[in-house]
Amino acid sequence: MPALLELEEAYTAAKDDPDFQAELAYYLREYVGRPTPLYHAERLTEQLGGAKIYLKREDLNHTGAHKINNAIGQILLARRMGKKRIIAETGAGQHGVATATACAMFGMECEVFMGEEDVERQSLNVFRMKLLGAKVVPVSSGAGTLKDAVNGAFRDWVTNVRTTYYLFGSACGTHPYPTIVRDFQTCIGIEAREQILAKEGRLPDCLLACVGGGSNAIGLFAPFYEDTDVEMVGVEAAGEGLDGRHAAPLTAGTVGVFHGARCFLLQEADGQITPAHSISAGLDYPGVGPEHSFYRDTGRARYVAITDDEAVEGFQLLCRTEGIIPALESAHAIAYLPTLAKDVGADGIIVMNLSGRGDKDTSMIADTLGESI
Amino acid sequence: MNRIDNAFVKLRADGKRAFIPYIAAGDPTLDITEDLVLAFDAAGCDVIELGIPFSDPIADGPSVQRATERALSAGANVEGILRTVEKIRRSSDVPLAFMTYYNPIYHYGVSEFCVAAKQAGMDGLIVPDLAVEEADELLPSAREHDMSTVFLVAPTSTEERMDRIADLSRGFIYAVSLMGVTGARSEVSDDLPPLMQRVRSRTDKPVCVGFGISNAKQASSVAEISDGVIVGSAIVNTIEAHVGKADLVSATQAFVCELAEAVKSVERRPDDPG
Repeated sequence: MPALLELEEAYTAAKDDPDFQAELAYYLREYVGRPTPLYHAERLTEQLGGAKIYLKREDLNHTGAHKINNAIGQILLARRMGKKRIIAETGAGQHGVATATACAMFGMECEVFMGEEDVERQSLNVFRMKLLGAKVVPVSSGAGTLKDAVNGAFRDWVTNVRTTYYLFGSACGTHPYPTIVRDFQTCIGIEAREQILAKEGRLPDCLLACVGGGSNAIGLFAPFYEDTDVEMVGVEAAGEGLDGRHAAPLTAGTVGVFHGARCFLLQEADGQITPAHSISAGLDYPGVGPEHSFYRDTGRARYVAITDDEAVEGFQLLCRTEGIIPALESAHAIAYLPTLAKDVGADGIIVMNLSGRGDKDTSMIADTLGESI
Repeated sequence: MNRIDNAFVKLRADGKRAFIPYIAAGDPTLDITEDLVLAFDAAGCDVIELGIPFSDPIADGPSVQRATERALSAGANVEGILRTVEKIRRSSDVPLAFMTYYNPIYHYGVSEFCVAAKQAGMDGLIVPDLAVEEADELLPSAREHDMSTVFLVAPTSTEERMDRIADLSRGFIYAVSLMGVTGARSEVSDDLPPLMQRVRSRTDKPVCVGFGISNAKQASSVAEISDGVIVGSAIVNTIEAHVGKADLVSATQAFVCELAEAVKSVERRPDDPG
């Protein structure tokens, strides 16, 4: 808890410091490659026959996903706080790779906690982290997925808190992380808002993003919060279906307290946490950010869920219509586009966050499609 | 005044320290938990911590994680644990505190949980993932039903938080001897003496020390500078080594006896508070 208070204090000071903001802007521009394009997906729009679809191309960031936005922001914060050692949790490995990348660039020691099952299914990202000089620590407790990686990282942090900065990857968990991660991801929504106004002269009718912990979605949504005419839809992972194993706490969970936040949660009788399941390791988390929980409760956003099979269809849809191989996480949002494009209608505009690219998922997709590579 | 408060009043009058063992309720079964608690009571334990097993015990090291998993896979749940406490109360008045993460309490209903725990015969709650800053929901119910609320201080706690923790703690204050999760360690941390000094300087409430204490020698050295010694992982390791064996209860009791005797052998010094 003292570490969280120290972090909150350091972040509040950094946030209001023009030098910090200038440094952040410099690295986002020169290293990450921002701003990312807001791309009009013309063939996809045509094929779905509904609203005009724009893709916010977070897949074009350095390291291939939105995760780097937050990793750069927090590493700058860690440097300001004088911490030398960085730890992180990762699910799909994208946040781990982003953290390892930022650590390599700034010459900092890096250890990434990853559930054993995820180490197995995301071997490419595990190797990328090693190439970048990070140590990957497999976590065998629990289900061996993202929540267990978070547990492992927390246990390390309380042990080494004096020297170590915990670079949390999603807009969930204990305060102040949901705020910090949201703020570092709002570059997505701020850019998208400017870009759509420049291209269309008006705001979109609807925003769409996948939600695991919720960082890419809140990064897109938050800058449109006051624009009450802009609808927001978050897509969770329905896994094998909502009556089976899934990862959709906003759609089918109940309120609980987990990893230091009150949020929607997958839990059983007695408040035991239910292991989540999704084909996408990045969405495989039983909780969700408290801000998404708030958006859901107030009706500011609505949340739907897409199954593993539907996500694989969405994955293929974008590959074939636009020549973009999306991350399996983002494929959940894509899979909801056919429905949403019709609902919004031909005169409408949808901005979807394409949170990451899918190179990391190709072997998983090949397995699913019964092909060997 | 509940059983925990009374225990510390008597300990102070006698110039003695408390010995407080921890076990995960239901490890390896609830029937054995009942036998263990009665055996610990007979061994002279002053308070017993009963862990409510939770799927994601982030403050715990591998020993308690495994104990938790054994208990959960044997079907331990809150209702079953409460029934076990009722059975224990038929023959024992030993002070009992739940060690539980917050979500099982929250899910049960905070007020309902305090009522049920009190009715079953519990005396206190230790909730390692509940910060004092977030305790507004729990405190009124706990106070209403005279459930002691034990908060944790760590070597990194600031002066301001320490004041708040001392103020809101009832029964005793739980001083975490080291930076880290629960688990047996070979040495007592150097962080402990300065931590004790800081806590002592702001409160007369009993301060008991846990995390990392694994043998009689460590227990007596910690007893020298505190009001009580809490041992969890080392006891849980003994249980683990005897799972499925007829002597589980007697072997664990023997180890607990050794620890309790080490703590009881420490005499009060003139500068003791209280």
